[in-house]
Amino acid sequence: MKHIEEYRDSHLVQGVIAEIRRMTTRRWVIMEICGGQTHAIMRYGLDQLLPAEIELVHGPGCPVCVTSLELVDKAIAIASSPDVIFTSYGDMLRVPGSRQDLFSVRANGGDVRVVYSPLDALETAKQNPAKQVVFLAIGFETTAPANGMSVLQAQKQGIHNFSVLVSHVRVPPAMHAILGAPHNRIQGFLAAGHVCAVMGYWEYLPISRQYHVPMVVTGFEPLDIAQGILMTVRQLEQGSARVENGYTRLVTKEGNQSAQAVIDRVFESCDQKWRGIGVIPHSGWRLKPEFSAFDAETRFDISEIKTDEPPVCIAGLILQGLKKPYECPAFGTQCTPITPLGATMVSSEGACAAYYRYRRD
Amino acid sequence: MKTITPPLDGPVCPLPLTHHDQIVLGHGSGGKMTHDLIAKVFRPPLSNPALDAGDDAAVVQVCNVAPNQAPLRLAVSTDSHVVWPLFFAGGDIGRLAVCGTVNDLAMMGAKPLYLTAGFVIEEGLDIAVLQQVVTSMQAAAQEARVQIVAGDTKVVQKGKADKLFINTSGIGSINTDIHINGSNAQPGDIVIVSGTLGDHGIAVLEARGELGFETNIQSDVAPLNHLVEAILSVSHQIHVLRDPTRGGLATSLNEIAAQSQVGILLEENQIPVHPTTAAACEMLGFDPLYVANEGKLIAIVGPDDAQVVLDAMRATLYGAGAAIIGEVGSHHPGRVLLKTAIGGTRIVDVLAGEMLPRIC
Repeated sequence: MKHIEEYRDSHLVQGVIAEIRRMTTRRWVIMEICGGQTHAIMRYGLDQLLPAEIELVHGPGCPVCVTSLELVDKAIAIASSPDVIFTSYGDMLRVPGSRQDLFSVRANGGDVRVVYSPLDALETAKQNPAKQVVFLAIGFETTAPANGMSVLQAQKQGIHNFSVLVSHVRVPPAMHAILGAPHNRIQGFLAAGHVCAVMGYWEYLPISRQYHVPMVVTGFEPLDIAQGILMTVRQLEQGSARVENGYTRLVTKEGNQSAQAVIDRVFESCDQKWRGIGVIPHSGWRLKPEFSAFDAETRFDISEIKTDEPPVCIAGLILQGLKKPYECPAFGTQCTPITPLGATMVSSEGACAAYYRYRRD
Repeated sequence: MKTITPPLDGPVCPLPLTHHDQIVLGHGSGGKMTHDLIAKVFRPPLSNPALDAGDDAAVVQVCNVAPNQAPLRLAVSTDSHVVWPLFFAGGDIGRLAVCGTVNDLAMMGAKPLYLTAGFVIEEGLDIAVLQQVVTSMQAAAQEARVQIVAGDTKVVQKGKADKLFINTSGIGSINTDIHINGSNAQPGDIVIVSGTLGDHGIAVLEARGELGFETNIQSDVAPLNHLVEAILSVSHQIHVLRDPTRGGLATSLNEIAAQSQVGILLEENQIPVHPTTAAACEMLGFDPLYVANEGKLIAIVGPDDAQVVLDAMRATLYGAGAAIIGEVGSHHPGRVLLKTAIGGTRIVDVLAGEMLPRIC
């Protein structure tokens, strides 16, 4: 695969690692925000190549992990309703709600379908005019433009049997939450390349200044991540704290203006509950009132949802970078991808799932 | 700017959902959930030595064929096929049904001989479609040089099945000097695959219209008994053969590592994956090591014979892309490890449940 294999070239990666080794003089704690990066690090064993002084901490950037239990329960309630085709990104099917997951809904006769894009869900709505088609619109800034576009298209084309169950989360408020927490250990950030491809990185400039923390926009291939770590360590060693772009082949400071325009048109800021972390002010997006006709929460009567999340695991601490998966007593024993005790083990992007899959000993 | 610190909920998490009470699709994935279902539901009441061996086909002995002769050893296997759609690039359910059972027999070093076929047909299926499938079965049987000698037909009401399900069972004979099974891998052995991985799974996804883009990938569905014959004729050091179908290479190697109580170390750079399959997997968030194959095998071979087996494989129609991908060791018994492209090492686990595309 052209333009991918170059970024997995062993010699190039080893060269960057050698430069990191040469430069590092003391311990540094760096957080990669995005679950996709966590998985790439584990999948390629990149952390094993780094000098012992560099500690990578895994951030809350796994949209499946942080989607609130209330929303999962709402999704399950809607998917169980008669005459509903419930559509979702595949990852969400396995996330346990209070009592069941979307797999169970399907096993009990519910019509739950995996789609790759909300526009596929819209197509399903067109083809099934007698059914209510609902799309579970979750994710960070990356999925918001396509989710918003599906609502605009539904409105434009007059598709009234389509609605979205929205729970969007945003990276910058999470960075504030992590850096402002009393026990924060994070000294530098690898900012998520895909989020920045949409939003640019102008939002990070004041955060970097306020907390004096270097941030490097970083891609997802081993060479990208090694390069991101190198740029972060260089800043840390020099005592500087700037926002740098290590993913210039995809990211500009301003980001994708037309994608941002769709987001601005469809969504408005709201406080959002993150599973395992809690409510972070202004950290989410919801549909603007003018699009409430396409809001599944108003279309279906799901106000009576009572959630039930007993305290067992330390997912919340892991999502904030305060603990590593293997520090949980349940890790790999009671808690596995088949018997997940926490959201971080459920999603294929979750930190616990990454450790379980790639690094159990 | 004001510092925002969220009120911490404290450690919270959901209850585990183990799907103990009800079958979900993940139970049919060929991965961990399937294994657990077999271990909990099927094996305890049905247990016997041939079944408990847990190989692709059971090996049984028929005694007293003739006085003073060694008992006749037979491989017996069965496989049900529920693929949707019925036709896909490179194959169809008929070819799949024949090759599935032929390959399960061949993986024990058996010469496949006779097959049976059971058809569960949904009311409303076009007879022409059925004829096309049966013709394809005959062509595959001819290629594998086996005969379909018995059959059964059931028709169910519309909606009670999805068009057509086919079960095939088969028997094959095993030479007395052949002892190939999943418990036979030994430290020092070499791991060979017969060609590119994941092509069948991606071809079926494309036929379902689930890729959202077009590829030129063809399913690899093929009978592998001639390939097995070719390598058996050059080596007596073939310890394990397995066709990595559902659950892919990763799941099959984990089964072997557990059965033989050995560790397996793979070299990521050496694992053959067709560039288009690799690209499709990249886009969908799949790992080709977990994607299904229907015409590939893994051979675990004594180190002295690795090269002759590789050469013999490459000289066959379905083994041209064969490659050495790793070795067996005594470290980490029961585990499969992978040396990554950039020099790290990681675990290669079994598929947990259903394979799901990632969100972004």
